[in-house]
Amino acid sequence: MEDFYLEATPKTPKLYFSQETGEFEISGRSIPENSIEFYKPIINWLDNYVAEPNHNTVLVIKLEYFNTSSSKCLVEILRRLERLNDHSIVNVKWCYEEEDEDMQESGEDFKEIIKIPIEMVLIRE
Amino acid sequence: MINKVEPGKQHTLFSFKGTISDNQFDGILELAERKLQREATPRSTKRKVFKVLVETWQNVYHHLDDLPPDYGDSSVDFSIRKDKLAYTVSAGNHMCKHKVHSLKSYIDRVNAMSQPELKAFYLQRLSQGQFDREGGVGLGIVDIVRKTKEKITYNFKTVNKDYSYFSLQVKVSA
Repeated sequence: MEDFYLEATPKTPKLYFSQETGEFEISGRSIPENSIEFYKPIINWLDNYVAEPNHNTVLVIKLEYFNTSSSKCLVEILRRLERLNDHSIVNVKWCYEEEDEDMQESGEDFKEIIKIPIEMVLIRE
Repeated sequence: MINKVEPGKQHTLFSFKGTISDNQFDGILELAERKLQREATPRSTKRKVFKVLVETWQNVYHHLDDLPPDYGDSSVDFSIRKDKLAYTVSAGNHMCKHKVHSLKSYIDRVNAMSQPELKAFYLQRLSQGQFDREGGVGLGIVDIVRKTKEKITYNFKTVNKDYSYFSLQVKVSA
């Protein structure tokens, strides 16, 4: 299947998802008014990926800001990765800057509700 | 637009009042952010204020989206003011009157929660995923109160038998 790539804009993040390498990235800002519309294509792509995943799947999330409607879409993305179970070794890296307590807290929130391992990665400015 | 008044009083960093179309939403938020970036306050405070801006603006968008296409008045107001102690983000928009009671009850319920209760409620709403339509608005309110540790103040003003004007204010300590 083809890679999924969207460049970052001032309100939407870079999305890079590769079935060939199993490397996924969500980075930048995610503050679209209609996040469901923005994230729907990648969620559809992930539904196909779940059917034929790479042996290893690594998702790096490095966001400066995200609104709460985006957070619900991130949950949908992470739920797709939960479904990979025995078919792929899944790791999620949640990146946050040293003084960004809110982003750190958000990562901890996801860790509480998502069943796959989420590693907290501190980015020093 | 910045109004400089006497030291110790509140001044306005940004203010917008008027009708808005879909393609103007981005521009308004961008302008507000640029004003905020010029402030000589810690980055963590600016982040928090911006988060409140984003969530309140998202709420405005959702409420306007609910109005019928022929409603005819998509006027909103949106401002950031500052005094020595805090930034105040204010937002106002028209909304369907039949939703007022549930929105008021919801804000009152969230305002009354302790920090642990806010966290538990936030996680419960978050884990419901994207198809919880009500959660699209409600989760933002929980997040605002949780992150700012301040209650949301609000007002509903009747426009006519079917619509009201909803105004809210959120403070972020400076």
